[in-house]
Amino acid sequence: MATITLSNVSKDYGGGPVLRGIDLEIREGEFVALMGPSGCGKSTLLRLIAGLEEPGGGQIRIDGRLVNDVAPKDRDLAMVFQSYALYPHMTVRENMSFALKQRRLPQAEITRAVEAAAAKLGLTTLLERKPKALSGGQRQRVAMGRAIVRQPKAFLFDEPLSNLDARLREQMRYEIRKLHRELGATSVYVTHDQVEAMTMADRIVALNDGAIQQVGGPQDLYDTPANLFVAGFLGSPPMNFLDATLAPDGALVVEGQTLARVPPPAGPRPAGLVPGAAVTLGLRPERLALTTPTDGVPARVDLVEPTGTGQVVHLALGAQRLKLFTMGGAAWRRATPWA
Amino acid sequence: MSKTLSRTLLPRLLHALALAAFVAFALFPLFWLLKVSLTPDDLMYGEGVRLWPSRVTLDHYGAVLRHSQFPLFFRNSLIVSTATGLLATAAASAAGYAFSRFRFPGKAWVVGVMLISQMFPLVIIVAPIFRLLAPLGLTNSLTGLVVVYTAFNTPFAAFLMQSFFEAIPKDLEEAAMMDGATRFQALRRVILPLTLPGLAATGGFVFTAAWSELLFSLMLNSSAAVSTFPAGLLGFVSKFSVDFGQMMAAGVLALLPVGAFFLLIQRYLVQGLTAGAVKG
Repeated sequence: MATITLSNVSKDYGGGPVLRGIDLEIREGEFVALMGPSGCGKSTLLRLIAGLEEPGGGQIRIDGRLVNDVAPKDRDLAMVFQSYALYPHMTVRENMSFALKQRRLPQAEITRAVEAAAAKLGLTTLLERKPKALSGGQRQRVAMGRAIVRQPKAFLFDEPLSNLDARLREQMRYEIRKLHRELGATSVYVTHDQVEAMTMADRIVALNDGAIQQVGGPQDLYDTPANLFVAGFLGSPPMNFLDATLAPDGALVVEGQTLARVPPPAGPRPAGLVPGAAVTLGLRPERLALTTPTDGVPARVDLVEPTGTGQVVHLALGAQRLKLFTMGGAAWRRATPWA
Repeated sequence: MSKTLSRTLLPRLLHALALAAFVAFALFPLFWLLKVSLTPDDLMYGEGVRLWPSRVTLDHYGAVLRHSQFPLFFRNSLIVSTATGLLATAAASAAGYAFSRFRFPGKAWVVGVMLISQMFPLVIIVAPIFRLLAPLGLTNSLTGLVVVYTAFNTPFAAFLMQSFFEAIPKDLEEAAMMDGATRFQALRRVILPLTLPGLAATGGFVFTAAWSELLFSLMLNSSAAVSTFPAGLLGFVSKFSVDFGQMMAAGVLALLPVGAFFLLIQRYLVQGLTAGAVKG
């Protein structure tokens, strides 16, 4: 178990910065998700921690020890790759033994460790098979097994579930989380999937354009996003962004309708938030409700998507569009005037 | 029914015929080689052009093995080709791995120069090569041939090996390095076993190239003691006659090791060349 500390880490492949001024402290035993769209630098950040890439600047420390110039093999971190990267010419047992053999552990100890890990992951009957004779889910498990058998300082996951189908992904999500609870090892998990980040992580690091946008617990990021990127990235269906004007009385006016009010500021009012200012109003689809004609804002129903648990209702509010999620089962029909 | 049958049958038949014609065309010289090597001297010209002589004999083989210097040439060829195959494959693997995995200054230049080295007709550089090797005592020597063959075969072999390495995901050696291996250990324990088909294909290619090379062998080595068999074969051509029977028998014998070698690596070769072709 380890702490991982990044200070002012940057990376540039020659075509402009991929990572800029990354400061991050990953605590002992914590499960941290690096989340962002593809190309945001999250995988590069993970590879910097792993030692597979060298940082352009800044410092990386594991348990306080500067590791900028330490080879991957000497960092004692285990990594689960998106492609699983199983050694195709070795059996499952040999795949899982590889790291222990590198360390020249006694054969009896290797056998014991591999069999314990295999039992934990339900791989016992597959130990003598080659990777090509395994299904996608089984390969994923072997990749996990190869990591846990070593009892490393920390686990690094590079989008490990993105090659699995939806059902298997949900199951593995649960199993990885459970493994983390059992082993209590520091874990860094890269994903572009906000559901994975939300459900698995103790803390989420939202990355965009090579920079950290926000760090915090999943619910904190969801409830109080630091910027439009974080607000729009978390949540499905995503947050509605509407062009609004701030009225002198604190009302937020969209298409001539008052949709919300700015709460009285607890501290100093943010700069620029003055009456008449054009602002972006973010509304979560599930926090909107359908109501009676006498009490609400009129909009037109454009499209209804049933999701099973509820419906996503696409609304037209003047020239602007927004979505609403409702658990109610009412049969909303297209073009029904809604008031 | 018969209509669809003829529609699928006819193209298949033509396909098979075309292939058969090609195979016959390609293998006929080999058949002729064998036929002439087995034809007794007195029937060589007496029977006219026949597909098979009325009587066969192994006399030519006996003569070649017992009374000619062919066994010596054969041994020389084996030494030169094996050494060239090993050296060029080793150098090409190292270069191919570096080309496929590392970015280093001057990489484009190295690749470019290696490509250029493949563009000259060899005849042009025979004289300068001779001039270079003579003071080093490398003419009239097997070592000289190995050096020259290795130098000329390594560039193409390196590009071949590069395409094999590129077909192997980088993730694999990164996984090995995370698992506690140095880059070299990852190469040896994970990448190399997966490149065996590529190594076999490259080794086979270089071995064959060295085995059948005539120009340098003829120009650099004049003494029979260090002749390889392609140069040695010319010895069967004398001023007044050509001993076709013995020459062909020597040719058949020279084919054996190459044939055996390819039979051995055939499976890897197809696998290797296609993998390289798809990904390269």
